[in-house]
Amino acid sequence: MAEAKVRERPLSPHLQIYRWPLPMAMSIAHRVTGVALYFGTVFIVWWLLAVGSGPGGYARFTSFINSWFGRLILFGYTWALIHHMLGGIRHLIWDTGRGFEPNEREWLALATAVGSVSLTLLLWIVGYFVFGGAR
Amino acid sequence: MKKDFRTPLARVGGLGSAKSGTGHFWWQRMTAVANVPLVIAFVVILVSLFGRNQAAVQQILGTPLVAVIMLLFIGSITYHMRLGMQIVIEDYVHGEIARPFLIMTNTFFTIAVALAAAYAILKLSFGV
Ligand code: HEM
Repeated sequence: MAEAKVRERPLSPHLQIYRWPLPMAMSIAHRVTGVALYFGTVFIVWWLLAVGSGPGGYARFTSFINSWFGRLILFGYTWALIHHMLGGIRHLIWDTGRGFEPNEREWLALATAVGSVSLTLLLWIVGYFVFGGAR
Repeated sequence: MKKDFRTPLARVGGLGSAKSGTGHFWWQRMTAVANVPLVIAFVVILVSLFGRNQAAVQQILGTPLVAVIMLLFIGSITYHMRLGMQIVIEDYVHGEIARPFLIMTNTFFTIAVALAAAYAILKLSFGV
């Protein structure tokens, strides 16, 4: 009868001598941002309901989102969104069977990290200076 | 005597840990692809509403194009995040009670988010 054979796998001899490879950090960041975005949808719902509840309800929402804590959450949310989107596109590239060479994985991970930070900063600069959002 | 005469491959055939095989994976990818333009559109809408007063925000979100984009965005991300969170739960939670409990809670939460958001968007379009 056919049985699945489990082969012995090699173990790393040096667990304490270890640098986190960037692709691994980016992989974990994709999961962390996904979970953060999941709970962050509560704020999107609050925002949409607040708009519909008239000027008073909306004022309560804006006073929260304009506080430093609210701004921090909004900033974090936009970063998580962009990071997760770039990481997701990376996953979709992998799904086509491409991008698995070591140098390609390294490059994709770097692009995700640098891309998400710069796009987020750009977004906030545009938000503040073009749309004058500091109110 | 062996209780199960199937080969190991036959035993898992078509069954992922969610007991629904590739459907889960496929929908995760499908919504991921849909999410890309929808998230970009959402971010553009969000930034262009930055600093506007309630009346303006209500008026812009209530226009047909923006409202439909928002509904598509909400539909796609909530389905996507339910599938995604289920994988996370299945990876870390193994308790006989805890796992189905959290998987159910995940579904309840995402449906509540989806319907509350859809209700709010439609209300902006149709008025009270
Ligand atoms: C912007 C476009 C997005 C793309 C391209 C995308 C793509 C993906 C992909 C490909 C996966 C599967 C990763 C894997 O197989 O390990 C995933 C997982 C996930 N996504 Fe997204 N996603 C997007 C937006 C979102 C949003 C807006 C949310 C939440 C509101 C979200 C929540 C999640 C969660 C919770 C997971 C599970 C994390 C994991 O398994 O590690 N995603 N996403």
